Amino acid sequence: MSGIALPAPDPRILARKAAIVAELRRLVADPAAVIDDPVELAPYETDAFTAYRRLPLAVVLPSTTAEVSAVLAFCAREGVPVVPRGAGTSLSGGAIPQEDAVVVGVARMNRVLAIDPADRTARVEAGITNLAITEAVAEHGFFYAPDPSSQLACTLAGNIAMNSGGAHCLKYGVTTNNLLGVTLVLVDGSVVELGGAALDSPGYDLLGLVCGSEGQLGIVTEAVVRILPEPEGARPVLLAFPSSEAAGACVADIIGAGIVPVAIEFMDNPAIRICEAFAKAGYPTEAAAMLIVEVEGSDAEIDAELARIVAIARRHGVTTIKESRSATETAQIWKGRKSAFGATGRIADYICMDGTIPTSRLPEVLRRMDEIVRDYGLRVANVFHAGDGNLHPLILYDVNDPDQAARAEACGADILKLCVEVGGCLTGEHGVGIEKRDLMRHQFTEAELLQQMAVRRVFDPAARLNPAKVFPLDLGIAA
Amino acid sequence: MRLEPASEEAAAEAVRRLAAERTPVRIEGGGTRQAVGRPIQTAATLSTRALAGITLYEPAEMVIAARTGTPLAELERVLAEKGQMLPFEPMDHRPLLDSTGEPTVGGMVAGNHSGPRRIKAGACRDALIGLRFVNGRGELLRAGGRVMKNVTGLDLVKLLCGSWGTLALLTEATFKVLPKPEAELTLLFEGLAEPEAVALLCAAMGTPFEPSGAAHLPVGIGAARARTLLRLEGFADSIRYRADRLAAHLREHGPAQRTEGAESAALWRSVRDVLPLVEPGERAVWRLSLPPKRGAEAVAAIRTARACEVLYDWSGGLVWLATAEDEDAGRAAIRAVCERLGGHATLVRGSIDLRARIEPFHPTAERVRRLETGIEDAFDPFGLFNPGLLRAGR
Ligand SMILES: Cc1cc2nc3c(=O)[nH]c(=O)nc-3n(C[C@H](O)[C@H](O)[C@H](O)COP(=O)(O)OP(=O)(O)OC[C@H]3O[C@@H](n4cnc5c(N)ncnc54)[C@H](O)[C@@H]3O)c2cc1C
Repeated sequence: MSGIALPAPDPRILARKAAIVAELRRLVADPAAVIDDPVELAPYETDAFTAYRRLPLAVVLPSTTAEVSAVLAFCAREGVPVVPRGAGTSLSGGAIPQEDAVVVGVARMNRVLAIDPADRTARVEAGITNLAITEAVAEHGFFYAPDPSSQLACTLAGNIAMNSGGAHCLKYGVTTNNLLGVTLVLVDGSVVELGGAALDSPGYDLLGLVCGSEGQLGIVTEAVVRILPEPEGARPVLLAFPSSEAAGACVADIIGAGIVPVAIEFMDNPAIRICEAFAKAGYPTEAAAMLIVEVEGSDAEIDAELARIVAIARRHGVTTIKESRSATETAQIWKGRKSAFGATGRIADYICMDGTIPTSRLPEVLRRMDEIVRDYGLRVANVFHAGDGNLHPLILYDVNDPDQAARAEACGADILKLCVEVGGCLTGEHGVGIEKRDLMRHQFTEAELLQQMAVRRVFDPAARLNPAKVFPLDLGIAA
Repeated sequence: MRLEPASEEAAAEAVRRLAAERTPVRIEGGGTRQAVGRPIQTAATLSTRALAGITLYEPAEMVIAARTGTPLAELERVLAEKGQMLPFEPMDHRPLLDSTGEPTVGGMVAGNHSGPRRIKAGACRDALIGLRFVNGRGELLRAGGRVMKNVTGLDLVKLLCGSWGTLALLTEATFKVLPKPEAELTLLFEGLAEPEAVALLCAAMGTPFEPSGAAHLPVGIGAARARTLLRLEGFADSIRYRADRLAAHLREHGPAQRTEGAESAALWRSVRDVLPLVEPGERAVWRLSLPPKRGAEAVAAIRTARACEVLYDWSGGLVWLATAEDEDAGRAAIRAVCERLGGHATLVRGSIDLRARIEPFHPTAERVRRLETGIEDAFDPFGLFNPGLLRAGR
């Protein structure tokens, strides 16, 4: 694909590569923490938005906040762009570098610094993986709630930058609702603490601003997160329906009845088939649509709540009801859903869209999306977080066919425009990155974008942190 | 000069005129929290009173939007009709500040006002998903939207929530809401000393039984004996079960009494609105935000310097502290203790003289303040909105 314009590198920076690399080596304790060999740089040329790739000038993997600070201060003096990086699982190209940029990766900073069950907080270095936080606090009976499907690999730093979500966010909220504090290194190398173990902090909510800022306001090196006590138990029920409309109406009625499950996940028929072929989860492959609804509590509470949910589902013509009766069955039901992207990747290349819509528009959006995809001569599989309207249409195509690839990209853009048109947004959890940068005008007016950019400029006047992302390039960096 | 625009367009036009003349303006909602912050004087006042009404309500999506001049009571009434509520239980400042008028949606958002349920369900800023606002150039802009999950662009919603009307004139706010729980039940432990009470609350918050309120009223605060309160909300059978489990888990702290229904609701209203500290009315009242387990420790340290009465909410993470309004009303001692323990303190009630003399809002670190000043310039380049409310010189 080549639809997204990327700025040309600054030849003056490229010419100084050797000197820059030498100075970076001086700034970090471990010389191996600076990578400049093209072969070793290759893993950093893209993220999970693999259609675009460029080798960075160099990669630095600092071990301390002080090292990050020294590197940023140096890059600021030299006018070198910096691209922050966690695990590189961004689906929007948020971590894709440019040739004249230094990638600052926080993956080595992955220690747990303190766990405090009384305050229900954990202080960690930001390069820790999402799942490792839960693993670290499990012995105290706690967990970290936001659970992106990529949680085995992705870092908290990336989660904070993207304000990531996950299947269980319906009840527990997304990253921003579970983040209490960060240590942030600003572009000039100065270090600020925002928030902490208290529930709120003085002044403007800069923490809330930094969460979801896609690496453009500073580099997060440490964080304090909310941890929650493990529920007594959790059990999903699988519900299959003869139509997407019926499944959608069922979701609306569950919520309307005052029940807030931990998760309501939706899969359409193509997604059901793909996941079943891969995970053998026992999904009903003839169903038009399927929901996985999970509730928490004691056995009795779960039984009572599932009974309420099943009664509602019956009113909507549910065709299969499969309540999990054991941890194995629970894992099985979730395995299909959690491997949706991987399973899809085995049968075709795909791009994963991430728009959010008002849930009441679901049936209409599914129908129109189907038309759009068919007009482009492509196929789509839908898996998404139904409780909050965050869609993940997977547009299937063949990456080796340039024509199909171009069609897939255009098709994705049309779907996102549809999401905005019905009152939703371009991205619910994956971020804008480069992928949706040029669509931003469909959601925001120019004045709105300039207002956001004016705030960004307070942190980074020359726009050297993660440049050429999020905001359309023709707006420049000025406002 | 008093402005009362009746539409967003009129509000934007009014701000454009103020900007052209460089006329600073006080933004007024229901006027129930006028006495918070540094006293300010402006040539103009802009009231949101006429910017009123629910603009969107989709019960099945759990989303509601209203113009910011809408009385909060109206928003809550409309939600209650469909068995829903704002998750964060906003505080009503009228008793504490002895003010009149109707709290508005805008005032609540501007102060990020959140009550006891915040400990479980998050603050106003967590439920707020969209804003429409007029910046200091008179441009009518949007941030966020009406969907639950939205990471498109910078999250200006968070920045504006809790900005006390100093960055922009908010014109419309959109919230995600929750079903009203079918029932509530409060477990009440009597006679605990403050450190033990805070330990109990923190232990309770570490269980899977999901208390939606965790407060402590020390000896003499509203009753002769100290009371430690844990609230459970949900379906009736579920909360009874959780109450049993929780009481068993905490039995080392003594037996727990149970209060349900209206009586329980009244208890939490008095915690939410800090009713036991309202009188005597001439005392200064501080709001301390701390790591929860530090609550009692902070109070003990402050008591070595001065006499005070306190009420704990948020498992110890929120301490309301009433003290004599002498010289600095304890500012130096209180802020020093809070900073040492990782918290901060806001003067919520104080005379006009006191609020002019000391910074009611806790100062931020120098480098952070530079960012804040930059953000103020980015939204409000002419310094029109509520100048000087948060700190001198702005
Ligand atoms: C199979 C798969 C499933 C996924 N499922 C989900 C899901 O369920 N929910 C979801 O929300 N996302 C999901 N994602 C997307 C992705 O995992 C998230 O966006 C994740 O948060 C990225 O984390 P990372 O560590 O890989 O960050 P990276 O990809 O390395 O970087 C992401 C962004 O963060 C910035 N950044 C990185 N580190 C820092 C730092 N220290 N300071 C400042 N900025 C920084 C980068 O510049 C970039 O803009 C999925 C991705 C894949 C491949």
